[in-house]
Amino acid sequence: MRLKLVPDDTHFDFFRFSKLTLGASVLAMALSLAAFFAMGLNFGIDFLGGTTIRTESSQPVDVAVYRDAVSELGLGDISITEVFDPTFGPDENVAQLRIQAQEGVESIQQDTINAVEAALQEVDPSITFPQVESVGPEVSGELIQTAVLSVLAAIGAVLVYIWLRFEWQFALGAVAALVHDVTLTIGVFALLQIKFDLAIIAALLTIVGYSLNDTVVVFDRVRENLRKFKKRPLEEVLSVSINETMSRTAMTSLTTLIALIALFVLGGDVIRGFVFAMIWGILVGTYSSVFVASDILRMLGVKRDWSKKDGEAGTQFGGAEG
Amino acid sequence: MLRIPLFSRIVIIGLVVLGLAYAMPNLFYPRVESHNDAVRTIEVAGATPEAETARDGWPDWLPSTLVNLGLDLRGGASLLAEVQVGDVYADRMDGLWPEIRDSLRDLRDQIGGIRQVESAPDELRIRVQEPAGMAAALAAVRDIAQPVTSLTGAGSTDIEVRGEGDLLIVTLSEAERIATDDRTMQQSLEIVRRRVDEAGTREPSIQRQGGDRILIQVPGVGSAQEIKDLIGTTAQLTFNPVVGRTSDPDAQADAGDVVLPAADQEGVYYIIERAPVVGGEDLTDAQPSFDQNGRAAVSFRFNGPGARRFGDYTAENIGSPFAIVLDDEVISAPTIQDHIGSGSGIITGDFTVEESTNLAVLLRAGALPAEMVFLQERTIGPELGADSIEAGRIACIVAFIAVLAFMWASYGLFGLFANIALIINVGLIFGLLSVIGATLTLPGIAGIVLTIGMAVDANVLIFERIREELKTAKGPSRAIQLGYERALSAIIDANITTFLTAVILFVMGSGPVRGFAITLGLGILTSVFTAIWVTRLLVVIWFERRRPKTINV
Repeated sequence: MRLKLVPDDTHFDFFRFSKLTLGASVLAMALSLAAFFAMGLNFGIDFLGGTTIRTESSQPVDVAVYRDAVSELGLGDISITEVFDPTFGPDENVAQLRIQAQEGVESIQQDTINAVEAALQEVDPSITFPQVESVGPEVSGELIQTAVLSVLAAIGAVLVYIWLRFEWQFALGAVAALVHDVTLTIGVFALLQIKFDLAIIAALLTIVGYSLNDTVVVFDRVRENLRKFKKRPLEEVLSVSINETMSRTAMTSLTTLIALIALFVLGGDVIRGFVFAMIWGILVGTYSSVFVASDILRMLGVKRDWSKKDGEAGTQFGGAEG
Repeated sequence: MLRIPLFSRIVIIGLVVLGLAYAMPNLFYPRVESHNDAVRTIEVAGATPEAETARDGWPDWLPSTLVNLGLDLRGGASLLAEVQVGDVYADRMDGLWPEIRDSLRDLRDQIGGIRQVESAPDELRIRVQEPAGMAAALAAVRDIAQPVTSLTGAGSTDIEVRGEGDLLIVTLSEAERIATDDRTMQQSLEIVRRRVDEAGTREPSIQRQGGDRILIQVPGVGSAQEIKDLIGTTAQLTFNPVVGRTSDPDAQADAGDVVLPAADQEGVYYIIERAPVVGGEDLTDAQPSFDQNGRAAVSFRFNGPGARRFGDYTAENIGSPFAIVLDDEVISAPTIQDHIGSGSGIITGDFTVEESTNLAVLLRAGALPAEMVFLQERTIGPELGADSIEAGRIACIVAFIAVLAFMWASYGLFGLFANIALIINVGLIFGLLSVIGATLTLPGIAGIVLTIGMAVDANVLIFERIREELKTAKGPSRAIQLGYERALSAIIDANITTFLTAVILFVMGSGPVRGFAITLGLGILTSVFTAIWVTRLLVVIWFERRRPKTINV
């Protein structure tokens, strides 16, 4: 007996509800943007500057007591959250303090960190500080810039690569899917107010890579089928291609999700946000390679004469199709 | 037909064996680590029984390459420091003043008296009594200019001189600034490295970042403060002529002079000439010692030019005081009793023995040419790092088993081939990480877990394709061959695009993000290799032995 996620021969018409799916995608993107502008992202110190201190204690965390202890220091808004994780032992009580960047200070104020640590030690002598991070405002500004640039660079590189390997319509479809995925991921981070730091940018880029991986596999089959079925309408060719690659798409998405869910549950709280972004991205990316990338390709149309293999237009190289 | 030449088989198997051999020491991390440490200790400090036991814990003929663990896994501190390269311009200007003064004094009959006036620290403004002689003054100062010694600055001189009315203004040229910045950074890096090394922490990483920044990562220290204490002091030692002594910190000092506090006496200030007679860069040695009264002191020795200048100055100024200045504080201001020609001397102050030892270390390592401002710091405790490794390891194992079981259930025997390839794949990632000396971080572990999920993709593409080709009933051998051939273009395209994003992450990211990019990128390379060659070899070997009439993928 074999495990089969997708029956052997499928003939779904993926574009029957294209108005609905496209509408849903546009709506989701609009909602994401609305959430982003209305609620904003919960930026970590990587992007805002400031200090985070992770505390660990054998005593239960009492946020109010912590707050009283540090509020006397006059450091402005300090956020304190208790961290829960199934991997923690019974005497691991963890909290996260976040101190905003102090007005007009470019460098790190060691005195500030020392004062906070001393104040906390007074209320709870068993407290330790397993992680202390400080980022100056100057660096955080640059980090934002680099982050935005790297996402744009990734999307740009992809656009050029697919354009070279396929046709410009494919590139546009793929990039539309990427923008869709990135927007929806940012939207979910705004909606759930999950901490958005440098690692999330890495996750975003991985989503870009993964979503693309999926899209390219579908497009590769589309290209092959366009050669095979010269007379069939584009919509049919697209649908056949998606059906043919569906079992692979399901397999790969599922194995990747299995691995990521293991990491999400067991990998500890430090990287949970990062893993969450990737899980979300893979769900969205799998959806978008069919319902956004292929749909846009269907609407843009594509040249139908793929008979000249070496293509005088010079838009292909190194295809390994026999 | 399904055929792989013998030569290709040997290469494929050879690469796999080599990769796994380099990955293998990571299974015995603590033992190999202490072996490597012991080998290094024996090389540097000679053999001790403990070191030899540790060394013999791992055989020499086996590879001993290990993956470096990032700070987030091992614990430690990292600091991003910005070197205030501009500080050096001011020092250069101070250093130029005596020379310019002397050369302009020779022109006294043309330009009259000269006087230095207040200016920004990176320029020198000199008021000339007779502006008519400005042309001659400019020419004289230009004669002092030296050609810039750098590749990009070839053909230009180090200083630029211009006249504005009765003011003669000297600044550093653009080419010289660039060259100076570069020298400042080189020196700072070298000195930070020496100071951190003196403290004896293991495997610190000290890298230049961008134009004027240094990233310092030291595993195993308890807090970033410890590193700051080590490198935060500039330890700029100079010997300056003393103009006067005062109790007023706001005392009016002439241009070219500066008021500095005494280190050991409250409320005492010295007015000293800003241009030093000799500086710390001329020191060849410094040792903790004691003065004739048994108080802690530091003895020092100058190099040739330093000794000569110090000798000349002391010979000319017997009876007047001079100041020993450390980081803008006057440690002591003894009166010159005699000509000191030997080039060695002793610094006394209100030191404890520990302070004098530290000072000697700092002086030996050399002064930082400029102040450092800390822009970013991260401290991670070793327990948190160990927890992260443990969590990552368990997640890896669970992900691994789940994916293996899933592949086997889906593809049967072929799934097992893919599983063997997947195990080899993870081994190869560790082997490559060890060989290129990359650093494994927590996001890097996430990258490996992600790779475990995605690495099967290439095999899935191939197997699905073989299934499709089987439907058109060409016989198993032909179907397998076509499956590999026709899946190739999708595999290559899909992986190149992901690889592109990994490269962009690597180039633009920093720290942990870069660690993620490395494992993701390596994972893509090894997964393509194992899918295209390793599983194919396994399938072909199996096929040759069994010659099945039908296959069930």
